[in-house]
Amino acid sequence: MERPLTKHIKPGSVSLNMKDYIQLGGYGNLQKALKNIAPAEVTALVKASNLLGRGGAGFPTGVKWSLIPMDGDKSTPKYLVCNADEMEPGTFKDRYLLEGNPHQLIEGMIISAYAIQAGKAYIFLRWAYKKAEKILREAIADAYKSGYLGKNILGSGFNLDLYVHSSAGRYMCGEETALLNSLEGKRAMPRTKPPFPAISGLFGRPTVVNNVETLSWISHIVEHGAEWFKGLSLTPTGGTKLFGVSGRVKNPGTWELPLGISMRELLEEHAGGMTPGHKFRGALPGGASTDFLIEDHLDVKLDFSTVAAAGSRLGTGTMIVLDDKTCPVAFIHNVEKFFALESCGWCTPCREGLPWVEKMLASIEEGTGKMEYLDLLNFNAKFMGPGNTFCAHAPGAAEPLQSGLKYFHDDFVKHITDKKCPWR
Amino acid sequence: MLTEEEKKEIQEEIKQYPYPAVACIDALKIVQNHRGWVSDESVRDIAQLLSISNEEVDSVATFYSRIYRKPVGRNVILICDSVSCMILGYESLYNYISKKIGVSFGGTTSDGRFTLLPISCLGDCDNAPVMMINNDHFNRLTIEKIDELLDRYK
Amino acid sequence: MSMVKITIDGKQYEVKPGKNLLETCLSLGIDIPHFCFHPALGSVGACRLCAVKKFRDKDDTRGRIVMSCMEPVTEGLIVSVEDSEARAFRTSVLESLMTNHPHDCPVCDEGGECHLQDMTVMTGHNYRRFDFPKRTYNNQDLGPFISHEMNRCIQCYRCVRFYRDYAGGRDLNVYASRNHVYFGRYEDGTLENEFSGNLVEVCPTGVFTDKTLKNHFTRKWDLSNAPSVCVHCSLGCNTIASERYGSLRRIMSRYNGAVNGYFLCDRGRFGYEFVNDEKRIKTVQIRLHKNDIKVEQVENSQFSSTFDKLFSKDKFIYGIGSPRASVESNFALMSLVGKENFFHGISQKEYSLTKTISEYLLQSGIRTPSLKQVEKADAILVLGEDLINTAPMIALALRQAVRNISYNEASEKGIPVWNDAPVRELAQDKKNPLFIATLFSDSLDEIAEEFFRSSPKEIAKLGFAVAKVLDDKAPDVKIENSYLTRIAGEIAHSLKNASHPLIISGISYGDESIVHAALNIATALRSAGSNVMLNMVLPESNSMGLSLLPGKPLENALVSVEDKEIDTLIILENDLYRRISEDSVNTLFKKSRQILVLDHLVNKTTQKADLLLPAATFAGSEGTLVNNEGRAQRYYKAIDIKDQLKESWRWIDEFIKIRNESQTVRWNRLDDIVESLSDELAVFSKLKKYTPDADFRMLNAKISRQTIRYSGRTAMNANIAVSEPELSQDRDSPLTFSMEGQQENPPSSLVPFYWTPGWNSVQAMYNYLDEPDGSMKGGDPGIRLIEPVEGAKNSYFSPGSLDVETKEDKWIIVPVYQIFGSDELSSVSSSVMQRIDEPFVIMNQADADIISAADGEYSQLEILQNKLKVKIKIDNSIVAGFAGLSANLPGMPFVNMPCKGKFHKL
Ligand SMILES: Cc1cc2nc3c(=O)[nH]c(=O)nc-3n(C[C@H](O)[C@H](O)[C@H](O)COP(=O)(O)O)c2cc1C
Ligand code: SF4
Ligand code: FES
Repeated sequence: MERPLTKHIKPGSVSLNMKDYIQLGGYGNLQKALKNIAPAEVTALVKASNLLGRGGAGFPTGVKWSLIPMDGDKSTPKYLVCNADEMEPGTFKDRYLLEGNPHQLIEGMIISAYAIQAGKAYIFLRWAYKKAEKILREAIADAYKSGYLGKNILGSGFNLDLYVHSSAGRYMCGEETALLNSLEGKRAMPRTKPPFPAISGLFGRPTVVNNVETLSWISHIVEHGAEWFKGLSLTPTGGTKLFGVSGRVKNPGTWELPLGISMRELLEEHAGGMTPGHKFRGALPGGASTDFLIEDHLDVKLDFSTVAAAGSRLGTGTMIVLDDKTCPVAFIHNVEKFFALESCGWCTPCREGLPWVEKMLASIEEGTGKMEYLDLLNFNAKFMGPGNTFCAHAPGAAEPLQSGLKYFHDDFVKHITDKKCPWR
Repeated sequence: MLTEEEKKEIQEEIKQYPYPAVACIDALKIVQNHRGWVSDESVRDIAQLLSISNEEVDSVATFYSRIYRKPVGRNVILICDSVSCMILGYESLYNYISKKIGVSFGGTTSDGRFTLLPISCLGDCDNAPVMMINNDHFNRLTIEKIDELLDRYK
Repeated sequence: MSMVKITIDGKQYEVKPGKNLLETCLSLGIDIPHFCFHPALGSVGACRLCAVKKFRDKDDTRGRIVMSCMEPVTEGLIVSVEDSEARAFRTSVLESLMTNHPHDCPVCDEGGECHLQDMTVMTGHNYRRFDFPKRTYNNQDLGPFISHEMNRCIQCYRCVRFYRDYAGGRDLNVYASRNHVYFGRYEDGTLENEFSGNLVEVCPTGVFTDKTLKNHFTRKWDLSNAPSVCVHCSLGCNTIASERYGSLRRIMSRYNGAVNGYFLCDRGRFGYEFVNDEKRIKTVQIRLHKNDIKVEQVENSQFSSTFDKLFSKDKFIYGIGSPRASVESNFALMSLVGKENFFHGISQKEYSLTKTISEYLLQSGIRTPSLKQVEKADAILVLGEDLINTAPMIALALRQAVRNISYNEASEKGIPVWNDAPVRELAQDKKNPLFIATLFSDSLDEIAEEFFRSSPKEIAKLGFAVAKVLDDKAPDVKIENSYLTRIAGEIAHSLKNASHPLIISGISYGDESIVHAALNIATALRSAGSNVMLNMVLPESNSMGLSLLPGKPLENALVSVEDKEIDTLIILENDLYRRISEDSVNTLFKKSRQILVLDHLVNKTTQKADLLLPAATFAGSEGTLVNNEGRAQRYYKAIDIKDQLKESWRWIDEFIKIRNESQTVRWNRLDDIVESLSDELAVFSKLKKYTPDADFRMLNAKISRQTIRYSGRTAMNANIAVSEPELSQDRDSPLTFSMEGQQENPPSSLVPFYWTPGWNSVQAMYNYLDEPDGSMKGGDPGIRLIEPVEGAKNSYFSPGSLDVETKEDKWIIVPVYQIFGSDELSSVSSSVMQRIDEPFVIMNQADADIISAADGEYSQLEILQNKLKVKIKIDNSIVAGFAGLSANLPGMPFVNMPCKGKFHKL
């Protein structure tokens, strides 16, 4: 089984430095791209590979790049932004790549910037990732020293400056347009789409925003080609994916596995199954903003479309497991409280719906809930649904809520009728 | 008044950008780095330096959760209260720390040594429960480790 | 423009492309609830209230929810507003917005005209399911104009979008996030922006309300309203004036698509309180003996004997008109005294500058733009006028004008103009070129491509230089300054290449060379084939109207009498002490046996009157004002004047009767005098036809000033008499002081308030417009008296001498007008008073050092026989040797600026 993204990541989160990276052939693909492949061809290659964005939404990366105007005025700046905000509860895959193999990302970014002819690139890094910040800054400095960044990279005439921007803390910064506002020194409010960032992004100029994992793939795709990439997955999606499992499992962690492995395999073979004395009740398969899957779904194959067909989303691929010793109401309350706190306050359903949901869940958990709340929770979940809100934050929050209400209905009812939490 | 050093660092950031206001978040972070938090006076100073209004600076400052507009202690303890850490029992960790230092979430000890705050998911869920003290990250925490840990921060 | 076909709820419509679905529906009369969309501010999609169902094609039965404000109207669009899911969603939006709302309508000033109330009813939300405590906020003190009650906020973001994005204000913003967002200032304090009052109308609920209304609060439905026109500067913004119990309760903006659109400046909105002032003259008063201060009230029965003495045929009478009185009143006075003896009531300088302008405009081929056209300009030169203080709404229009450069690029990228945030993001700091040449910096600088700071003469020089670059036939000026040469070239280049170039200037610096230079630029551009627009700011609400009448400057009254004595000097709504020096006024008064003054408020001139007559204010009379565009606009009575109060022209009509017994035509009503005026003076010939006369009826009814919900008519005066008073008849207009009458869609110039079923808030306006942000149905009110003349040929003004000498210890004192304080009437409003500065002088640091004064210190300014205590304000934008003196503040003597001045230590 191939693990292109992580095979060189050393155990114990020791970062792969420049020297070692180069020894392993690092930056060779950059040379290859700059010398032999025209920018548009890089985009075509990525498009052919069908690399789906790893930030959660699974949008085809090549398609995103191809929206960037390439024939326009040369003096119009363009930007590439790496989304390394990773603030979704239960998500910890980008950190692994950032700390473990920073040059893989940097090389990927340089090639990507070349493909869209961006002159400036930013890594928008989560505030809390202090170690990653240090590692990245050093890695970037090294890359500058070796001529992989800056003016006239490797004599190709291509210039690129790469900056790390460490955030000031807010989940909303991960939403790609809010991220752009934040980079502009503003409140991280999401922007209207359309226009998409490819048309009007950072400072109103064409911009591509991609996830860390997405960008980390680019040099590999340049090296091995689209067909190779497609062949990595078990289902037609293409590629491997970083999967993670947290919660009461024997062996929580992150693994690079082919897309299309089953949920059962991930849980049992890699995460080692539940910790003794605990039973599996369900899981959010791809971070806090995805719908619950339950035991019935254990054989669902983990790729974007199959998980969607099962009524959830692959999201970030990092699974949070709910066990029988954890109160599902408390679990959902915790998640919704997070979303309520992180709402940006722009659109009504999210700003007003989430606190209402949070209050009802708290009340149910405390034993003061009313039966009507169940309807009202469902009502709010629908109210915050896709299309009703300005961005995907509230619809994301609605997912664990609506599915939790469905799958753990009896637990909710018991809280209300017993006027207490059975787990307390 | 901003110190010369703060000013220099902020000016350095401004250079990167098409106009000074873009450096607003950076400026807030720089000031907080030096002083632990951002006072009303600092908001005014930053506004002046960036040629924007106090309102514009504070609008940004109050949006971001890691900009502190109220004083904090010398050390800020951030306990992850998100779902994976909840499952793995951040609450008992919190209760222990809270009792030990005598303040709850949002509080600062009377000697100014610690401020205790919740933080959402720190991206280390497979090693829950997790917390940060200042810029240092700690995982797989148990109550037993806490005493020794806190001792390191004076 | 080819129309597109769309389907709304199964019905086909042909509509204009390029709009969003919400505004399209609103102009079709289909009410879609909404909050965050505002026609002048565009769409941002925040509130989610305007949801409708959109269907992919005919076969799509499920459809999906979209926000109509964000949905471009395109060929074949199929939507449903009535769809049950869309309706339910809109109700949910309301329900959730109301979870934290205090439900304090009974004590809320917005109640009864609240957009939030309208939307609650329109969506049908009526049952509260949220059973947790509400979130609460602290409020701020925002100064004398605006009250703040944050708990009522529904987070539509309209306030910050208007205040910051539209009006350029910096001291209001949004703080925090999630359901804790807060809209306010950084700390308590007065909102500084000159357009803050619009928050009252822009905010859909009671967060920002009119603080001045609070002092005499009345519900919208209890107000009696009239279409009115602002009297506080020369732009003529349209207003709605509202009355209860005989006092003026508030001023709101009245939509005029060609003038002020949706907005007003704070002087226009809050300056009204003078109407209710205690010092209002309400009775006829006579001075018993010339030197006796004692005045006595005159009973109605004594009028004829009193007036007979003054106006008998043998009397030598002089009439002094006023730029703040209506065209009709001035005309009446002129008719009384004859053209020869009629004086405009303004100084020689103001007179000749204004005349230069009006004559130029009347004879030139150059168009004076409406404010709406100012917004469309794509290259602008402001030559020597401090707009934010003398013509605030032009400043607001310029903020929009510099933006429209981004519209083309946005369209190319497929971003519609109404999609506000992306258009701004795309534009970044790209702006249409705006050049400002003024004496000192102001808030418009930030949107200027370049500004030029110098003395009035240098500014004029720049203007002449620009004209010269544009047309070699323009007169030459000597320029030693290479910067000036460069910038003149740049300005000329920008103006010449623009498709809608605009020159803005005015007379407030009191320098004729600036006016000449501005006119020369216009002439030069026109001879270069450009479609130039010229906007000349004048000092007062009827400066232009007055200028179109025959008559002479005030000083001429003095000169022409010489050793004669005037039997009766009649002064129309004018404090002459604000016009010329005190000595001159006193001399004039000494030569007058009897001084008759018609005015509203006690001032220095009224104190000299032998006979003082109470003249109705704009709020108690009908009349016409001509704005600086040359647009004549009628204002109507909001207050039914009683007792001895009368319109000035009515008083004068009585005198005419005495003076000229044979005169058969009497001016029984306003239409009569308008007809005389139209017939007699060609410039005013269009006046009699542009607005319906007093006989106009709709369905046999007059138009009601009051809403159908007007309450208390039978009880209002119960403390005086229990029987219902007789309804007063308004013979001058087709409006009635009653709720009985025509309520719906009167002619555009006669709209007293906005109301349509379902819309109690100002948004009811949609039904009065052909489309949001468009024109009033039936055309915008007002008639342009000045139109470009085909094939006109203009000649150039010669620059004359533009040299100035400055001396070591003497400064050239230039006037600094203030939005709050320099205008006579608004300065009497208690709220405005709180915003008026004490007399000050601005000068640069080096000059202040010479007189060893520090910022904020007081100094004595010796200027033309006056000694003034002034506060020194350091402003390094003003050039050395020049100092700006706050002009015309209450209590300050008249100073004919620019002039020399000296400073002394106090
Ligand atoms: C509320 C919210 C938070 C998000 N946070 C992140 C994040 O932390 N990291 C990330 O890569 N994408 C995040 N996304 C998704 C981004 O908007 C965007 O889709 C992604 O960065 C695109 O990268 P990709 O195409 O490589 O997947 C978030 C989206 C939403 C709505
Ligand atoms: S769903 Fe609405 S309020 Fe929530 S984060 Fe997105 S835009 Fe902001
Ligand atoms: S009016 Fe459309 S979302 Fe507010």
